Order: sequence, then structure tokens, then C-alpha cells
Amino acid sequence: MSIDTGFSGPDEATAQGPVTATSRVAPSGRGRWLAFWGPPAAVLLAFLAIWYGVSYLLLDPRRRFLVPPPHEVIKVSFFDPFNLKELMGALWLSTRVAFIGLAISIVIGLVMAVAMNRAKWIERSLYPYAVLTQTIPILAMVPLFGFWFGFGNFSRTLVVVLFCIFPIVANTLFGLQSVQREHHDLFTLHGASRMTRLWKLEFPAALPSVFTGLRIAAGLAVIGAIVGDTFFKQGEPGIGILIDRYQSRLQSEQMVGAIILSSLLGIVVFWLFGFLARRVVGGWHESAGGPDT
Amino acid sequence: MAGSSAVDASSIPTQTAPLLTFADVSKRFRDGTVALDGADFRVGSGEFVSVVGPSGCGKSTLLRIASGLSDVSGGKVQVETDKIGYVFQDPTLLPWRTVQANVELFSELRGLPKEERRRRAEAALELVGLSEFSGHRPRALSGGMRMRVSLARSLTLEPELFLFDEPFGALDEITRERLNDELLQLYLTQRFTALFVTHSVMEAVFMSTRVLVMSGRPGRVLGDYAVPFEYPRSPRLRFDEQFARLAGKVSGLLRGGG
Repeated sequence: MSIDTGFSGPDEATAQGPVTATSRVAPSGRGRWLAFWGPPAAVLLAFLAIWYGVSYLLLDPRRRFLVPPPHEVIKVSFFDPFNLKELMGALWLSTRVAFIGLAISIVIGLVMAVAMNRAKWIERSLYPYAVLTQTIPILAMVPLFGFWFGFGNFSRTLVVVLFCIFPIVANTLFGLQSVQREHHDLFTLHGASRMTRLWKLEFPAALPSVFTGLRIAAGLAVIGAIVGDTFFKQGEPGIGILIDRYQSRLQSEQMVGAIILSSLLGIVVFWLFGFLARRVVGGWHESAGGPDT
Repeated sequence: MAGSSAVDASSIPTQTAPLLTFADVSKRFRDGTVALDGADFRVGSGEFVSVVGPSGCGKSTLLRIASGLSDVSGGKVQVETDKIGYVFQDPTLLPWRTVQANVELFSELRGLPKEERRRRAEAALELVGLSEFSGHRPRALSGGMRMRVSLARSLTLEPELFLFDEPFGALDEITRERLNDELLQLYLTQRFTALFVTHSVMEAVFMSTRVLVMSGRPGRVLGDYAVPFEYPRSPRLRFDEQFARLAGKVSGLLRGGG
């Protein structure tokens, strides 16, 4: 259940791509505004209608706690000061873990990719292990991390790093290696040093791919922070621990509230990196666009 | 005056001192392909020498060797200058840089001071008539304009030897002829020596003081034609009878030797 939540962030944001495309043929002014926001708003309304239908028509009152109606979720989760404070505290903790983990992954990932690009033997030595971070069941290692490093923020950050380092390494390396041969020739002809080549040629050329990697990694960082948290089950609670706790106490309103919050976090992070990508490479690279919100 | 087959290139008199000398140069790649075999010619200072040949005959290899990007497997190459310009078929502009910053690239890599870089870039853009586009990114320009930027970028270093690797091969006919005229204009005003690789016989004859015809792989110089027409050359030269006769001769050797 919580895994689905993690993914819903990026998915919802991606769904707006085609809408942007439609708006190009729509007339200007209010018609355009409607063409842009109308379809996703209609889907949201339909979704809420089904939700209410399930809560009130399908479930009898004794079992309504399984799918609490939307307004109850909002009232209990976000308008009850105690619940809100608990949720916000957890959200803040998970957000911090996600961002610190992402920042560490970016630094390590970029350095690894640059090193791999510089020497084939480094690539041969390290790449298999970068792939390994994608194939080992990281969540299954959570108890082990708990043994070794305790159930504090260090272990949680470590989980995030293992979750999101691979897309950064792989995409950066791909970008660095995609530099045209003729461009390299130009730099060779004019006696550029390796450092100059890296800063003025390889790194800028790799930026579009780097941002692709960052966007994937950012989504994974949020998922890693929340899902990893669920598995820790102890220590200061993040969103994941809260969800687990609400589940055991049958507090379904807060549970859904927590899921909504984590989805919002995912969307915000995804949007943030899309925005950064457009700012940095949008002026010269076509693929930098992405969802336009 | 016109070529004989399998000439010793040194028998063609050139009035000026050689700037570039290929003496019996061969090039074999690691995979065993022989790109050049006994390439032997000179380019005198101030000449505009074109090289035509079937595709895959090692024309590009010739330029890579002349520029120092590639080494030779046999023979000797002598270049009397280190001010070499090199223009590829692809304009090879850096898409993240503006036109101005692209044109400044070479002086930047050579460590020239900022003020000097700007001055040279502005002068070079002026020469190719693109001053007003200096703030644009390459993707906003047409193919012909990108090629002009690429030319301007090389002009900033005031090259003595200019190497061209089918620079206009990807352009449409009209743009190509216009750029031919513009490049000749630059040749007359900037006084560089040119080694111009192309697969178009018309282009080669129109531009050059001499045309070298190469054989198919492994590349050798089959013929060496002096082009007697005065500069500046009018676009109407392309319809001149003597021009057509010379172009026909070059084509004939190209086909016969292909």
C-alpha cells in the first residue's frame, strides 16, 4: 500500500505531459485555460465521486473506516491540531532524510561518473557495483543497517543513497560519453587540458542527461525515505513509520492523510527538478521541457 | 598544364615556398585498413588547393594528419606553421554557448585575455556578416549561418593554413554556392593558405588555384590540375566554357581512377 503511494507522486505529474500538448492547438484566453486544466480537473472530480460512492454506497457504516470519505480524511488529518503536528513533524523528518540522501548521492554519483569517464578500468571496476545497488533488495537490508548503524537518520539516509545513486551515475556517465568526436578534436587541436575539457565540454554536454538522472533520483529519494522509514518501525517517526502506526491502530483517516502528504512531497520534488532542468538547459536543449507546471 | 596520371606532385611548379608537404605518406589504421598509400604533394604558401576523390579515399585522414590530430604510419609530413584552422562538415558549435561565446572558444582555450577574445570574436563575426546574431544560440540559426559561425570561430586565430573537410557538403545548392563566394572573399582578404576537401568537382574547380584528384582506397594522388582563372572569381565563371572543360577533365580522371 505504502509503495503505491510513493509512486503516485511522479505518475500524477507525468500525466500532465499530453495535456500541455493539447493546449497548443486550443484557442487563447479562457478557452485555453480550460483546455489546459479542464481534463485533469475532470479526472479528479470523477475520482472523488467514486471515492464518495465507495464510502457511502458500497460500504455499510460499520466498515466505512476502510475507505473514509475525503472530507473526513482532511478534517481528521489536517484540521485536528494534534494530528496535523504529528504528520508535519514526520513529513519534515522524511523530507530532510530524502534531501540529505539525494545531496550525498549527487556528490558521490557525479564523482563516480567523472572518474569512470576518465579511465576505462575505473568504469570496469565500479559499474557492476553501481548496478548491484539496483538489484539487491535494499529494503531487506534495513534490519541489517539497523544492527550496524542504529535506527537513526544515518541508516535512513543510507537507504535513500542506495535507492537513488544508480540513476545519477548511469545518466551522468552516459552524458559524459555522448560528447561528439569532433568536439573532442576541437579541444585537442587547441591544447585543452583534461580539466578544461571536463568543465567546458564534457560536463555541459552531459547536463541534459544529468538532469534526467536527477529527476529519476529525486523521485526515488522520496520513495526511499518513506518506504525505508516504514521498515525501520522504531526511532523518531517519519511518514513511513506513521503510516505503519496508523495502520495498526485502524486510524484510516490519518493513514490516507499521510499518503496524500507523501504524494505531494513526491510531486513537489519532481516539479522542482523539472524546473531546475528548464532553467539550466532549457535554453539550448529540446528535451529539457518535461511536464509544464 | 593539365594533369597526367600518377604524377610526382613536386614536378608541378609552385611559385611560393611550401607551407605543407606530404612526402610519400601512408596511413594504416589499427584494424588494418589502409587509408593512404604514398600520398605525395605540396601546398605552397597562399595557394587554395582542393582535394577531390571518391568517398572513403582517405581525404579526411589527410586533413587529420595535416592538423596533427592523427599520426602517419609511413612517410613524412611537414607543416611550416602552427596557426592552423580546421573546419569540419558539421559546424560543431557548442549548443549551450551563444554565437559570441562559441566564436570566442578557441582564443579561450589558448588562454587569450578576455578583452582580446571579445575583440577578435566581434571582428570575425563582422567578417561573416553575423554580428547581429552574436547573442543567439546555435539552434536558432540556419545551417548556412551555423557554418559561417564555424568559419568565424577559426578566423579568430588568424590561421595561416586553413583545413576544410567538406564544409558545405550538408548544405543546399544555393546556400553552398553563396558560401563558396563568401569563402573566396575571405581567402582574398585574409590571405590564408587553404587545403579544401570536397566531393564536388564544380566546387573544387571554382574555388581553387589547384585541384588534386585522389584514387579510391588506399588513397593516392592521381592528378594535379592548376586552375588558371583570375581572382576574384565571378559566380558566372561556373558557366564558362573553359571552366566546363577543366571540370570535365577532373571528373574524367576521378571516374577513371575510381
